[in-house]
Amino acid sequence: MTDQLSRVFAALSDPTRRDMVARLTDGDASVGDLAAPYEVSLQAVSKHLKVLEDAGLVSRSREAQRRPVHLEAEVFDLMTTWIERYRQRAEERFRKLDAVLAQMNDQLNADQNEELQEGTAS
Amino acid sequence: MTTTSTTTRYAEAAIEAVPDLPIVSMTRDFKATPEQLMRAHTDPELFVRWIGPHSVTAHIEEWDCRTLGSYRYVAEHDGGTEAFRGTFPEVGENRIVQTFCWEGMPEAIALETMWFEDLGDGWTRLHAQSLCDSIEGRDGMLASGMEVGVHEGYAKLDALLAGPLDT
Repeated sequence: MTDQLSRVFAALSDPTRRDMVARLTDGDASVGDLAAPYEVSLQAVSKHLKVLEDAGLVSRSREAQRRPVHLEAEVFDLMTTWIERYRQRAEERFRKLDAVLAQMNDQLNADQNEELQEGTAS
Repeated sequence: MTTTSTTTRYAEAAIEAVPDLPIVSMTRDFKATPEQLMRAHTDPELFVRWIGPHSVTAHIEEWDCRTLGSYRYVAEHDGGTEAFRGTFPEVGENRIVQTFCWEGMPEAIALETMWFEDLGDGWTRLHAQSLCDSIEGRDGMLASGMEVGVHEGYAKLDALLAGPLDT
């Protein structure tokens, strides 16, 4: 499964493939549609699609003649999960930071009270 | 009331990872002054108390949090230890710029910028931005969790990915 993950990372490390994925979020598209904006051969586009397909990011319908390319949104749901996990770990650290800051505030107040008391005593 | 554009409070960390850019940004509000937040980030005795998640104990090996200084710390967790290091290109009044890497992948150096925005009423907003060396580096950082270690992170991610992709 680590190989699968590496494939997802590698597939998305290319700007053309990221652009293709972004365009597929609007809906399924044929290889020709996908190739249109790029100044590369249809073969090059097919190669990019193969990488995306191997990574599980897109699939191609076997039924329809034009075999539209379909974005596998679940993979992106997983990425959202993964970003959320990262956020939660950061939040865990920040809560510890909250506690440290609260102690700093308490210390500050204690010092000020002490000064105040010393001030009234003298 | 001195709060201006800040009607929303980031009581919990908000994260932003733009798919096309190797950047992760985070925002979080704290009941503290910018000076206190600076101290909690620059004073090693304070920093070490909050840098890891619950399962992690951090030890600071080297700490010179000044412009052109450097740092190194080791995080201990159930699975072993991980070391992190970097330099401080700039430590300003309300801003810290530092490089960061996990020593297991020392070539993947991220540039981290943190700044503290005074919201008034004793609240301060922390803005943190990590600029990674590549999209892959960014994804690796997000996926692994720097403190729990890249391998453990991958293992957990594998478990996550195992479901839908195997169907």
